[in-house]
Amino acid sequence: MSLRTPSHPSTSRGAVAALTLAAVAILAGAVTACGGSTEGTGSPGIAPEAAADAIHHVLESDRTVYARHVVNRLQDEEGVIAASEQWEDDRALPLPAQMFRMSAQLTAEKTDRVSYALLSPWPINSRNAPRTEAEEAGLESVAADPSKPFYGTESLGDTEYFTAVYADIAVSPACVTCHNAHADSPRDDFELGDTMGGVIVRIALD
Amino acid sequence: MRSPRPTVVWLLFTLSACAWLGWSLARPRAAVFLPGPSSDGHHQIEAACDLCHTPFRGVAQEACLDCHAEELESARDSHAAAVFSDPRNAADLAKLDVRLCVTCHTEHQPEITAAMGVTLPRDFCVHCHADIGDERPTHVDFAPATCASGGCHNFHDNRNLHQDFLARHGAGGAATFEGLLPAREAWIAVDLGDRAPLSAVDADSPGNAAPELAEAWASSAHAASGVACSDCHGGGADWIDRPRPDVCASCHDAESTGFLAGRHGMRLAANLEPMSPADARLPMRPEAASRTLDCGACHDPHDVDLRVAAVDACLGCHVDDHSTAYAESPHAGAWRAELSGEAAPGSGASCASCHLPRSEARLGGAPRIVVQHNQNDNLRPNEKMLRDVCMNCHSLAFSLDALADPELIRRNFRGLPARHVESVDMVPSPADGP
Repeated sequence: MSLRTPSHPSTSRGAVAALTLAAVAILAGAVTACGGSTEGTGSPGIAPEAAADAIHHVLESDRTVYARHVVNRLQDEEGVIAASEQWEDDRALPLPAQMFRMSAQLTAEKTDRVSYALLSPWPINSRNAPRTEAEEAGLESVAADPSKPFYGTESLGDTEYFTAVYADIAVSPACVTCHNAHADSPRDDFELGDTMGGVIVRIALD
Repeated sequence: MRSPRPTVVWLLFTLSACAWLGWSLARPRAAVFLPGPSSDGHHQIEAACDLCHTPFRGVAQEACLDCHAEELESARDSHAAAVFSDPRNAADLAKLDVRLCVTCHTEHQPEITAAMGVTLPRDFCVHCHADIGDERPTHVDFAPATCASGGCHNFHDNRNLHQDFLARHGAGGAATFEGLLPAREAWIAVDLGDRAPLSAVDADSPGNAAPELAEAWASSAHAASGVACSDCHGGGADWIDRPRPDVCASCHDAESTGFLAGRHGMRLAANLEPMSPADARLPMRPEAASRTLDCGACHDPHDVDLRVAAVDACLGCHVDDHSTAYAESPHAGAWRAELSGEAAPGSGASCASCHLPRSEARLGGAPRIVVQHNQNDNLRPNEKMLRDVCMNCHSLAFSLDALADPELIRRNFRGLPARHVESVDMVPSPADGP
């Protein structure tokens, strides 16, 4: 799978979101096949772990592209436009984490088979703290070993889900600075390379 | 042998009842089927049951979104359905399924309907935010029913109430009373090309048209823009004396969209007869009862004097305390000073300044300042006025205090707020440092 870097700043966010959606839709379709019989379709299906890993690769790549080639370039290198949490008020770029959440919301409007979220034991918004046992176990696991994803299943509502958690590492000084300085952040001692939380990918198994 | 008479009577009664109900259903006002009075926001369209009700499906979510989706989108809905579709919220949804409008807004139940059509008890926030005191120690003693008090939190629209906004605008700042409204920017939805201005001799109306109408038109912005009589009325055999609102909308699309979304125009949007003051729940002048509300009700299409639509048109119908107090209000004084030329353009405050605010809109290009013609848009709740209206002239804290004072609103802001909304001061200003 390859991703194209958006060539025009003003369309970058839309392009990234569109790529994410397309990839998620394809992977969701593939993993649906793995949850049921493959008879008659000839499809071998994909293991939930592989599907979740692939979705995470797309999400991580998109966010990296946005952070590196849109936010860092336009804000820090060329000084064209700033990124701000209050991006509409400030006529600024959304922060990479906000781009990620908007993309997750857009996906939720299109499918209830796959969802993803950015969570942390030290969230700026308390709604992004772990809420299920799998989320708590997953965030603990990736904090202990960021290189190893956490996999599990959980029942939420009346649906069974495959839940994967991946470490979210502070890769940019901007991540650390913003979280450490934010009035609502429960931590102000993040350092580059720290695990700040995790990306949760859920796939409905029913 | 049993007499057939009771059966015949029963059959006749049943058939008559069915015929009457069927006839009632087909009439424009199917009031007989209403299970109870509709809310203030929907009574204008209650005759059109099928706008909200889908046969055998009750009130479908799509029916709500057909009218309200755009508003929720522009409000950056804090409780958007897509946010709660994430399965991690399943436990919350089991308590209160906020993905569905009808969870909080049910119709035809006036005995439990509060402001903005909310039919849940005022402490409904506690279902999901019971532990807010742990996160915000300042909130630990607040009663669960007070979340929305004094302009603190709204369920859907918190654009003017988030912490950064309050901090940036000096929540504890002193009252200010001077400022200017932003200037309107001319915008129409069509390209008129390079039309030459027209004068009275260019009027292409039928010969029997009243000459005073042509004279008024000749001095209007329409004539100045090269818009002839036939552009709106049609030419020759297609001539119509009173063009429908969609004729206005062909050029004034943004204004028309707002008008049709508000209580003045929502009947037209639903293909019903236009709203009339006689059908309003607010006090209206008896002499205005027979009027109908379309674009021409406020804007004389030949005169196009926007000052008439800004005050006189409103007070020609509305006669509630707030409206009748306007003439003696400081806002009206500033408006008169502006009209007389004693004060700068934009320094006065007409009815339209607050209820038809000059707001930034994206109309397929750079943002423009246009007049929001949905006069209810910033009243649900009234803190939505802060950004586009009040804070053009007043400080944030003063504005919040004023909007939270019903008696001051009744007096049309003649006087000062009776109390200060102290919760606003919980937000540290940037000057306070981290």
